[in-house]
Amino acid sequence: MLQGVPIWVKKEDAFAPDLFILAPQYLMPVIESRIRTNTETFTQQREQMLAMVHTFRQLEARVRALSDSKKARFQKRNQLLPRERVAALLDDGAPWLELSTLAGLGMHDDDGDQAIMGGGGILGIGHVSGVRCMVSASDSAIKGGIVAPMGLQKSLRAQEIALRNNLPFVNLVESGGANLNYQSEIFVEGGRSFYNMARLSAQGIPQITVVHGSSTAGGAYIPGLSDYVIMVKDRAKVFLAGPPLLMAATGEVATDEELGGARMHTEISGVAEYIAEHDADAIRIAREVMGNLGWNDARTPEPRKSWDEPLHDADELCGVVPTDYRKPYDVREVIARVVDGSDFLGFKDLYGEHTVCGHAHIEGFPIGIIGNNGPINAHGAAKAAQFIQLCEQANTPLIFLQNTTGFLVGKQMEQGGIVKHGAKMIQAVANTSVPKITLHIGASFGAGNYGMCGRAYNPDFVFAWPNNRIAVMGGEQAATVMEIVTRQKMSRFGQEPDDDFIKGMRDFIIDKINDESTALYATARLWDDGLIDPRDTRRVLATALSICREGRARKLNPISFGVGRM
Amino acid sequence: MFDKLLVANRGEIARRILRTAKSLGYRTVAVYSEADASSPHVRDAHEAICIGPADAASSYLNTEHLLDAIKKTGAQAVHPGYGFLSESADFARALKEAGIVFVGPSSQAIEAMGSKTEAKRRMIQAGVPCVPGYHGAAQDLDTFTAQAEQVGYPLMVKASAGGGGRGMRLVQSAGELAAALESARSEAESAFGHGELLLERAIERARHVEIQIFADSHGNALHLGERDCSIQRRHQKVIEEAPSPALSQETRAAMGAAAVAAAQAIGYEGAGTVEFLLAEDGAFYFLEMNTRLQVEHPVTEMITGQDLVAWQLMVASGEPLPLRQAEVSFSGHAIEARLYAEDPSRGFLPQTGRAHLWRAPRGEGVRVDHGLRTGLEITPFYDPMLAKIIAHGPTRDVARRRLMRALEETALLGVPTNRAFLLACMEDECFRAGEATTAFIPQVFAQGFERAQATTLTLALAATLLVRARSPRQREGQRWSSTGSAQSLLRLSVGSDEVEVRLTLMNSQAYVVEVRGCVHTVRVLSARPGARYRVEVDGVQRTVHALWEDEALFLSEGRSDWVVEDVLRRPVRIEPGSDGRILAPMTGKMLVVDVSAGERVEAGQRLGVLEAMKMEHNVITPVAGQVSTLGCEQGEQVASKTLLFEIKPG
Repeated sequence: MLQGVPIWVKKEDAFAPDLFILAPQYLMPVIESRIRTNTETFTQQREQMLAMVHTFRQLEARVRALSDSKKARFQKRNQLLPRERVAALLDDGAPWLELSTLAGLGMHDDDGDQAIMGGGGILGIGHVSGVRCMVSASDSAIKGGIVAPMGLQKSLRAQEIALRNNLPFVNLVESGGANLNYQSEIFVEGGRSFYNMARLSAQGIPQITVVHGSSTAGGAYIPGLSDYVIMVKDRAKVFLAGPPLLMAATGEVATDEELGGARMHTEISGVAEYIAEHDADAIRIAREVMGNLGWNDARTPEPRKSWDEPLHDADELCGVVPTDYRKPYDVREVIARVVDGSDFLGFKDLYGEHTVCGHAHIEGFPIGIIGNNGPINAHGAAKAAQFIQLCEQANTPLIFLQNTTGFLVGKQMEQGGIVKHGAKMIQAVANTSVPKITLHIGASFGAGNYGMCGRAYNPDFVFAWPNNRIAVMGGEQAATVMEIVTRQKMSRFGQEPDDDFIKGMRDFIIDKINDESTALYATARLWDDGLIDPRDTRRVLATALSICREGRARKLNPISFGVGRM
Repeated sequence: MFDKLLVANRGEIARRILRTAKSLGYRTVAVYSEADASSPHVRDAHEAICIGPADAASSYLNTEHLLDAIKKTGAQAVHPGYGFLSESADFARALKEAGIVFVGPSSQAIEAMGSKTEAKRRMIQAGVPCVPGYHGAAQDLDTFTAQAEQVGYPLMVKASAGGGGRGMRLVQSAGELAAALESARSEAESAFGHGELLLERAIERARHVEIQIFADSHGNALHLGERDCSIQRRHQKVIEEAPSPALSQETRAAMGAAAVAAAQAIGYEGAGTVEFLLAEDGAFYFLEMNTRLQVEHPVTEMITGQDLVAWQLMVASGEPLPLRQAEVSFSGHAIEARLYAEDPSRGFLPQTGRAHLWRAPRGEGVRVDHGLRTGLEITPFYDPMLAKIIAHGPTRDVARRRLMRALEETALLGVPTNRAFLLACMEDECFRAGEATTAFIPQVFAQGFERAQATTLTLALAATLLVRARSPRQREGQRWSSTGSAQSLLRLSVGSDEVEVRLTLMNSQAYVVEVRGCVHTVRVLSARPGARYRVEVDGVQRTVHALWEDEALFLSEGRSDWVVEDVLRRPVRIEPGSDGRILAPMTGKMLVVDVSAGERVEAGQRLGVLEAMKMEHNVITPVAGQVSTLGCEQGEQVASKTLLFEIKPG
């Protein structure tokens, strides 16, 4: 089931007379693809992958359509739609990495089919006035921007990324607050979003918040904790208690504007710094505030120089990979279509060869890559652990290309110390301080998910292709395990095994695990930061690498208690 | 004889004269006002000298400053160009007294033709046909009324010293005469210093046809054919051509002979133009004589193959004319269009601004005389004519097509021009047929000229170029979004329109633009120096000029120029109180309350006086409207930010 030793040639070995003048930088090992694109397998695989891409793109489009369907209502109020706000905020044409577009898919009020909410917010890393930053906008055109549990998780993740990568934060707020039907899943953990805001401010990361509409009760702390607040005249509402609650609590009668309007907050309370005529004006002010931070003046210049594109077309990625994880493929075929010049210096190619390690570059960033050509065995685990330590030593970012059915099992493996070698790999992954980016490109089963830097191992970013399968083990395996255990239990009690019952149990387990291991199921639960089109892999990784590098290279001016509003 | 020539002018004509002078080996001197220090004509000359501040009276019209400049540079001759001092007898005389050659006629000839009355008298003497009229010294109403009956209505009232349409009135019937005389007189007085008027019969549906003449100091005189300058607005020429499409060979010969006779009658020397009105029946009448080089001289140069400035310099040097009448030959047809910095849709209001981009058209038979360069500031001090675009061709149709094509390829971004108007004129059936009279513009554009509305295609293109222009400079491939497409939202302001545009940049680098319910696909194929873009809109490729300056996109595509801004990125200025809510600027006492509820107030009006910290502050409304709420009364102590007045704007 495994591929043999990879075929790669060193150009220096080629004694063709026309090659001897090549400069040293060309004397790199180049992955030579064995894929033929004119085969039926390739075409079939490509069609299947494209269909999967189409499926998740369609779901994304439905979220946008649902939001855009409120255009008339927003226009009447001289408001921009949430996505229009984001579009107006971002620098034109600058890269935009949108995150977790399908958060909460099929969960809570999201029916996973027509009423898809994308977690109730728009989140991504983009550029505002030339500054790379995290942008988070309430999707107030969907259920009034109400916060559901997965929406909360999505914004917490955004803050975590910003904290980790020193990204300035822009909030575009308009929300009815927490969905009270799910308050138990929101209330306690929700406090963390304010904790994070305080930490961001203290760490020296500016947060700019535009209040486009309601941001009341707990939501009032979003502007309250932001470093710069812009409020839209006649629309922003920021107060702890609105007129009805106030009337109920103290009997006092007051208007929205008196309690929390933009004029009141800019003229009297000082909760907001800037007042805007309308949405577009507010966005413009936010851009100006960002532009005036001088944030890029402290940016260290990127050391990377020019680079070559991969020798093989990224477009072929869709056909290179079987969508069925049980069919093996050589991860080098993926690497060849992602890294600069398809140059890949394999590390210990002949040792633990099912775990592929090696050095390469993506858009000029040096990286260490770890990929799987099957399960991880003892040698593979030890090799990966060593490779991770070497990357740590050289401060080289790591890219994990996850396609593993787990650690290899068996007497030979156990006796060979697979537990201690696996533990070593997990230790290395957990403790390395270099940027880690994980990409799910097939299977992610068992402890393989851990060793290969799954979500729990705090990778800086996790992305998944739509063919991702992720579970403690495959459905078939789980069913068989359960069947064996059940049969043993029954025979222990002297019962005749009930084949019908066992078949029913098998089917149930297989269906359940299959349903709960899809890429859509995983991305809904934020086990990754979003699904990507395989053809975008190189760009996504390059963007993520650039974000990690810039974040780590930046020198901040921390303030022990964050910036308090006077 | 002279070797060093000073050109006492600016802009395109200074450059035009310098070009010939330099080619003939003359050392050249340019003069410039402080406003023109960086103008191209300054650098065209070997030497250049500043002759004073921006206003023409202190620089280009200042004889003293010019004489100083001549002295300082050692120039031996002066070419005055057109306008400014070109028809000033005093200037010609002053030069003569200083021993400097004036490239033009004698001061006597200038004087003879300077006064319309005097000129007409001399022409009648010389047998040149003149429009029936009254040119008498008596200026009382009774005389004018009586004479008007003799001349016949409709008639023109003109200033005796006039030009450029000032002091000129068309009178249809006797009843209008008195008022016309009065207003013409006061206009003449302020424009020319004296209000002497004359009457002339108005020749309706006439053409303006003029003859280029030349005379030397050896008694030779000839003409170089005619120019038809019928396309005029308010007596300002816009499009000129040679030959006239309406002139028969016989009329041409007769008119030419009359013009030469006119010149000889006053002992003329140098280049001159005798203007005639050509009536529908082929009769022609002397109008006036311009004793200088005309703006529109290039059309004559193009059909005769002669350099008129070279001829002027020859005559001024005392040489005989290089050709005899019989040797003058004409070839093909030439048309000139004058590019003005003006807004044809707003009464041809002169425009100023910076020429962010200037790109003259090129091509077979096309000549461009201009005083522009990219980056030049167009100031309000001088004539708004920026360039002349001239096309020559074997036939009138070829010349017309070439000129239209050249105008379409002319790119001047940053300053509004009459380019679209010129093209509209040339496309009109009447002009195509060569049937335009001086009534052409008033008739064709009776309702004024309306700028074309931007099509959705133009808007889509503008949005694309605007978004590209303000995008960070980076490799194309980096314009990318992980969701497959990046959206931009714009609200474009184009003229008085505001249009919402949604623009989606596909990862394929195509821009899908949604505007007014239409969807266009735009690709930018290449961006070349000179702000030239090759674009593809809905599958059709073409070339446009565009550039991004001061947060605006200047776009020149085909016939139209656009200035496009994104309103969403434009600051909204909120002045305190602009929403009609006038708050107390600080805590204090209302000393005075000027208004009462329901009262109407104007912007800037004082509403009351607040005394605070021993100082009296006027409370002023920045908006006009009605006082809807009175939040204070006289003598009341008010807290800071208290609502004092609420004005319902309107």
